[in-house]
Amino acid sequence: MHGRPRKAPKHEDSEASTRKAANLRTLQSQLLHNHHELIYSKEAIEISSKLLEINPESYTAWNYRKLAVEHHLNQSQTGSDSEAIKSILDEELRVVENALRQNFKSYGAWHHRKWVLSKRHSSVDHEFRLLEKLQKADSRNFHAWNYRRFIAALQNRSEEDELKFTTDMINTNFSNYSAWHNRSVLLSHLIEKKAQGFCPKEKVLTEEFELIHQALFTDPDDQSGWFYHLWLINLTIQPDYCLLISSWPSNGADVIISSDINFDCLDLSPFTCSHSDTGTFPLVLYFNQAVKGVNSSTITVDTVLNTNENLTWHPVSTNNSGTAVAWVTHLSLPDLKAGSLRDYPVKVSLGKSPGIVSSNGFQCSVPFQIEFRFRVQNLVEEVKKGLDVEMIVWRDENYQMEDKDLQDSGAIVSLDHLSINSNTEPAASSWVEQIIANEIELFRELLAEINCKIGKLTLARLLRATSAYATIPIEEVLKLYSELMKLDPSHLQYYKDEHSLVLMKKVTSSKESLLRHCWRYKNLKFPSVDNPICLRLNNLSLSRIGSVEHLLWVQMLDLSHNELQSIEGLETMQLLSRLNLSRNKLSSFSALEPLRLLKSLKVLDISFNEIGDHSIDTRRYLFSSPLCHSVRKNLNGDDFATAGKYWEAFLIFKGMNLIQFDVVGNSIMNGNFRSFLRKFLPSLKWLDGEELH
Amino acid sequence: MNETETYPPIDPSNFDLILVGTGIPESILAAAASAAGKSVLHLDPNSFYGTHFSSLSLDEFSSFVRSESTTGPSCTPQSPASNPDCDFIAVGLEHRCLYSDFEISTQTPGVLELSRNFNLDLAGPRALLCADSTVDLFLRSGVSQYLEFKSIDASFVYDGMGGLSSVPDSRAGIFKDRNLRLTEKNLLMRFFKLVQDHLGVSDSDGVKSNDSSKISEEDLESPFVEFMEKMRLPPKIKSIILYAIALADYDQDNMEASKDILKTKDGIDRLALYHSSIGRFPNALGAMIYPIYGQGELPQAFCRRAAVKGCIYVLRMPVSAVLMDKHNGKCKGVRLGSGQDIFSHHLVVNPSFTIPRHSVSSVSKGKVARAVCITSGSLKSDVSNFLVVYPPRSLHSDQVTAIRSLQIGSNLAVCPSGLFVLYFSTLCDDANQGKKSLLSAMTALFTLPISGEPENHILVQSDTEVKPSLVWSALYIQDLTTTDMSWSIYYTPMPDGNLNYKDLVDATTELFHHIYPDEEFFPMTTASESAEDDDVIL
Repeated sequence: MHGRPRKAPKHEDSEASTRKAANLRTLQSQLLHNHHELIYSKEAIEISSKLLEINPESYTAWNYRKLAVEHHLNQSQTGSDSEAIKSILDEELRVVENALRQNFKSYGAWHHRKWVLSKRHSSVDHEFRLLEKLQKADSRNFHAWNYRRFIAALQNRSEEDELKFTTDMINTNFSNYSAWHNRSVLLSHLIEKKAQGFCPKEKVLTEEFELIHQALFTDPDDQSGWFYHLWLINLTIQPDYCLLISSWPSNGADVIISSDINFDCLDLSPFTCSHSDTGTFPLVLYFNQAVKGVNSSTITVDTVLNTNENLTWHPVSTNNSGTAVAWVTHLSLPDLKAGSLRDYPVKVSLGKSPGIVSSNGFQCSVPFQIEFRFRVQNLVEEVKKGLDVEMIVWRDENYQMEDKDLQDSGAIVSLDHLSINSNTEPAASSWVEQIIANEIELFRELLAEINCKIGKLTLARLLRATSAYATIPIEEVLKLYSELMKLDPSHLQYYKDEHSLVLMKKVTSSKESLLRHCWRYKNLKFPSVDNPICLRLNNLSLSRIGSVEHLLWVQMLDLSHNELQSIEGLETMQLLSRLNLSRNKLSSFSALEPLRLLKSLKVLDISFNEIGDHSIDTRRYLFSSPLCHSVRKNLNGDDFATAGKYWEAFLIFKGMNLIQFDVVGNSIMNGNFRSFLRKFLPSLKWLDGEELH
Repeated sequence: MNETETYPPIDPSNFDLILVGTGIPESILAAAASAAGKSVLHLDPNSFYGTHFSSLSLDEFSSFVRSESTTGPSCTPQSPASNPDCDFIAVGLEHRCLYSDFEISTQTPGVLELSRNFNLDLAGPRALLCADSTVDLFLRSGVSQYLEFKSIDASFVYDGMGGLSSVPDSRAGIFKDRNLRLTEKNLLMRFFKLVQDHLGVSDSDGVKSNDSSKISEEDLESPFVEFMEKMRLPPKIKSIILYAIALADYDQDNMEASKDILKTKDGIDRLALYHSSIGRFPNALGAMIYPIYGQGELPQAFCRRAAVKGCIYVLRMPVSAVLMDKHNGKCKGVRLGSGQDIFSHHLVVNPSFTIPRHSVSSVSKGKVARAVCITSGSLKSDVSNFLVVYPPRSLHSDQVTAIRSLQIGSNLAVCPSGLFVLYFSTLCDDANQGKKSLLSAMTALFTLPISGEPENHILVQSDTEVKPSLVWSALYIQDLTTTDMSWSIYYTPMPDGNLNYKDLVDATTELFHHIYPDEEFFPMTTASESAEDDDVIL
């Protein structure tokens, strides 16, 4: 069935196929006639049988037969003659079997068989015999496997028996993706329901690892085994719990809130200092998995300034699923005039009623408590003058390495956020640790023998999985991905993305490494004002952003000179007000969608990207269009009139209060777009380095 | 002389070819010559087909042994005195024993009552690789319609410590084998692929010029064992490939003592043959098949084929003399036990006959020790038909040849159900050495009852696998000699020490072409073509 060369058709063949086509056309028109006239006579049905025997793909014929069966069943039901029913259905099974003989991968035929069987008048035993025949002819036929699952469920055949069957099939030939797949389905069920012999899952998984090793080492070139192995690793390392892993403000923090964007935090830690001009400040919770159900009854916020019930939580996510790893709410600040220099304690904890559930179905039941204090500071009048008067210049000379102050500040509690849970977090079980360590050793051994792409990728994945209990040998992982980029250029982008994620992990792995990327921004004209801390992740060849749970505090971020095609993940940095994305590979405004969720964003540089180069952004899975549901929800008729062909930009920047915007170096930028931006973003003061008004 | 009257005269008395003996080579020749339109007379002094390749009941086996043990001419030598009226002289034929040194012991006398339920091969152990040219011959000649086969389901290697480890001979085999380390699996599979790729490249000459996967000429000429070392195969795997897959006879690690060192070229050919055997027939699990009712079916099938094509068969017909032309000394025919003279252009006799006065040059090529054992149980609980190989030095340090053993169960109709037949063979230089080797191979795997005690200690269960005990056994030695074909009497090859029939069939084919240089050996006919591959196994 597999690996057969295609033969060029011979002359006789084409003649035969012409005859066949003529025959088919006659049968088809007869069938359609009968179908329209609702003729279900024996002769009429016979025509459909003939047609299906030649062409099992004729869906209309199958549907016609279903109608015919219903028609006859209704007639015979008056006498409720079970023999008659059985003979009608048996005839259907016979026709399906003939059709399958013609093409055993016919969707219509398999579907018809399921339909007949689900009437539960036919014997199931025969089905297993049929399956045996078909699975012998082609052991990988996924239709047969699919049908097998259906029949097994219908007959209540034990999953253990079916698992045994997959073992047998795999022993005959382990290059059988369908068999491995069915195995994964069955094992998931058995482990989930803790069937006898399948609990604890450690034992089962260890045995499965042993089995798959035999396949991987015997023939590393065979894909099916690697797929199963990947599934096994995921099943092993996937946390079966849901918990909070990070927050802003973090536990134990003393947060200084200034009512102004340019408040000088010189003597304070950048990680705990923020500003607000809206009278509120964000509270962000970051979970280990995407969750839903975060609200005022599942999370209790205890502060004198807000009543818990009034807080609304929003998922920080660009999709509309209502689930997100990060959730945000906004706490109102005290009256600015009255409340200077007073500490306000805030306590955040898991609410009384449960209801935070991860998308994998795990309940967030690990209790946590975050306590922090905040203080509001106002500015003296003179400084206030300098507000927003200066443009941000993203140049190297504007930065100054910040070492001493930050090192000493000792206030980087956000990096130790895990400590809030370390006591209660279910310890990464030692068996997982042992399995992963064992796998790493094995694949190192394999790679010492042969040069194997998927082996390298697997080793890289395994090494990354160690993060739960040990420090990842990051340099080794980065090297593996770099090698893979050369070895397998057709998947370059994937390796680049993974490389970027690991690099991000490296950057955020410790306080020290993070501080190496923290620079003090200096306004050269007004050195005394506006000296925020900027996280500079420029020139790192990043194509993706990761490890954002460590970066919730970032307010100024330089991602220029990278290879970003997407900025997914940036939306969780709720404090972000200044962002440099220049000289990346962003190719549409839709790629900037995460920015829609950054309400504090004031300064944005997307210069020298590829926006407007391609009419369709093929690098995104879904190309959005004004006709998409998600788009139309946010874009009413009037808007569309304003936006015109710039509807994409309109959608992203609608409601944003950008002060400074750089778009130069994108092919979309021209006079029209410029005037569109000026009209559409009235708050804008600087556009492409030029002061407006 | 009473006997002579019971023999009906044979008519006609002139044939294109007379064959004496119904062993595999003679039977193939009979079928091939008949198929080529020759008139053939096929004689056998025995009452059964197959001669040395026969499968016999227990009683027949014993009487065969007795007849072989009483050496001497099988029939009274006729006076060689020539009839002055004729232009030929009769030269007496003498019988020569191929098998000798028989040692038969019956541990459980009850087994003798079941004599007729046995089909014991005289020239065992023997099996067919599915992709072997012999199987093609069966299909081409049409004899496959008379034969039914079942598969030899597994192969094992004696591990030197009383256990049998499976032979990872295929991809699925490597996958399932839990005795190999993971990296060994990888090495072994890569070696298999290397061989495959090499042969793939050689097959499609010029089409693919991807020479990178080709094994170098230098490597091909080097000993196979060295090539495997170069490929970093561990000793265990080397031994498995050499003795259980390539079926080498002599110790390949001992260049001095070994009479036959396998070259890489030949080694990979054998490996490839083995691999293409796996899966050739959908219902054969392993690489090898074995005929139901025993090896004796094979010569019979060829005889039936020959008879269909007009060959005349006369069993129980001794041949007393060869008729020689007075003038040129060439063979003109034979004198039968009945006294009748039959004439033919060509005479083929099996190697158990000699003509004393015309000493033909025969070369001795050592001996092969054989044993047939009937056991009370299978060596492996889950399979009944399998091959066991004892690599050199696995039993004792001076074991220089591999010992092969084939266990056949009752589903192949060679013994009553519940019992098993095991065939052993090994090459040897002298009878004692050979027997010693076979005995140690037997003792390693089953219980040889201590004299006088019945087989009641089956209950003594030491391990999960109970050692089966011996019920009946026969040990014997065969001389390996090749006889020169010159002198207008042709000798067929005798059973060799191999597991398969390849050399025998090749030698027979050569003999046919020698006799009939212008005839085709089993021409392709549409009839035999219609015999689908699948028909071989039922």
